[in-house]
Amino acid sequence: MSIRRRRGARIRPYTFTGGRTRSRHPLMVQTLVSTADTNAAVPENLLPESRNIFELCREARSVAEIAAELKIPMGVTQVLLSDLADQGLVYIHPTITGHSPSENQVLERALRGLERLFQ
Amino acid sequence: MDSNVSSSNPGPAPLVSTKIVIAGGFGAGKTTLVGSVSEIPPVTTEAVMTEASREHDDTSATPDKVTTTVAMDFGRLTLEQELVMYMFGTPGQARFWFMWDDIVRGAVGAVIVVDSRRLADCFDAIDYFEKNQTIPYIVALNRFDGELGYTVEEIREALEIAPDIPIVDFDARDRRSSGQVLRRLLEYTLSRPKTPQLV
Ligand SMILES: Nc1nc2c(ncn2[C@@H]2O[C@H](COP(=O)(O)OP(=O)(O)OP(=O)(O)O)[C@@H](O)[C@H]2O)c(=O)[nH]1
Ligand SMILES: [Mg+2]
Repeated sequence: MSIRRRRGARIRPYTFTGGRTRSRHPLMVQTLVSTADTNAAVPENLLPESRNIFELCREARSVAEIAAELKIPMGVTQVLLSDLADQGLVYIHPTITGHSPSENQVLERALRGLERLFQ
Repeated sequence: MDSNVSSSNPGPAPLVSTKIVIAGGFGAGKTTLVGSVSEIPPVTTEAVMTEASREHDDTSATPDKVTTTVAMDFGRLTLEQELVMYMFGTPGQARFWFMWDDIVRGAVGAVIVVDSRRLADCFDAIDYFEKNQTIPYIVALNRFDGELGYTVEEIREALEIAPDIPIVDFDARDRRSSGQVLRRLLEYTLSRPKTPQLV
């Protein structure tokens, strides 16, 4: 049995989008996004897809939820969100990945939450 | 912390999200696990395939299985008012594995769901996480109606799983049982030394 593909040989989605989903706004599938100003009107100059994203993000949503709700492919959703973030229209919330000891406190809270839900 | 969102301050409420991955072989019960614990019905981001899958994967052990997850499916748990955890199921069929890296990136941990009647189906998933090295994982045995002819230690040997990696036994259809698996994963994640990961 062997690993089917080498990690180094894969094509990353960033390749398709010219590297626009850069790490300044780490937009992972679980990353939550909300409009920076919850009362703001939709800016006129946005693409229809971006307007829809803007409206949806009046309540915080994950990248995956936005893609699923609007039926926009994940990679495209990431690019559009990245553009909205660059314009200061949406806020990208922090994501806990558990790989730094400083995140332990949040992970402990997550575990307490699970313990409450599944006793 | 002031969590009164309806106040005149229009700034976004402080929120944090996190993610765990539900991996495993074809038809092992990944989507069932996500559905058992999630507060929303599992969302599938791309089409669900039906009959076509039968030509490529052996479904004899799951005779009533007519759909398979092509893309990722996910569920959500609000653990605190400002803390949300997502569970992402990976596509079961090996030819859709190109999507794994995106699903796995930045996860706090992974559950490898194993159909205890078809142990070999999860070998690829275990290979993946063994090679990845940054994401802590546990193995969850879905017994499918209690048919299990081996001890957990025999299974550990067959899967060649290191002794420190938890192997738990559960029923993916049961909410509490599936929730215990998630708890076990987070306990294990917290007990492990941290490996820096670029995201
Ligand atoms: N009897 C029994 N059936 C189960 C159990 N867990 C899952 N199933 C059934 O087994 C089938 C496969 O479960 P899924 O949750 O779709 O498996 P999956 O891992 O998401 O499958 P793919 O995404 O296609 O790889 C479904 O018909 C489930 O209803 C179990 O513990 N016992
Ligand atoms: Mg599935």
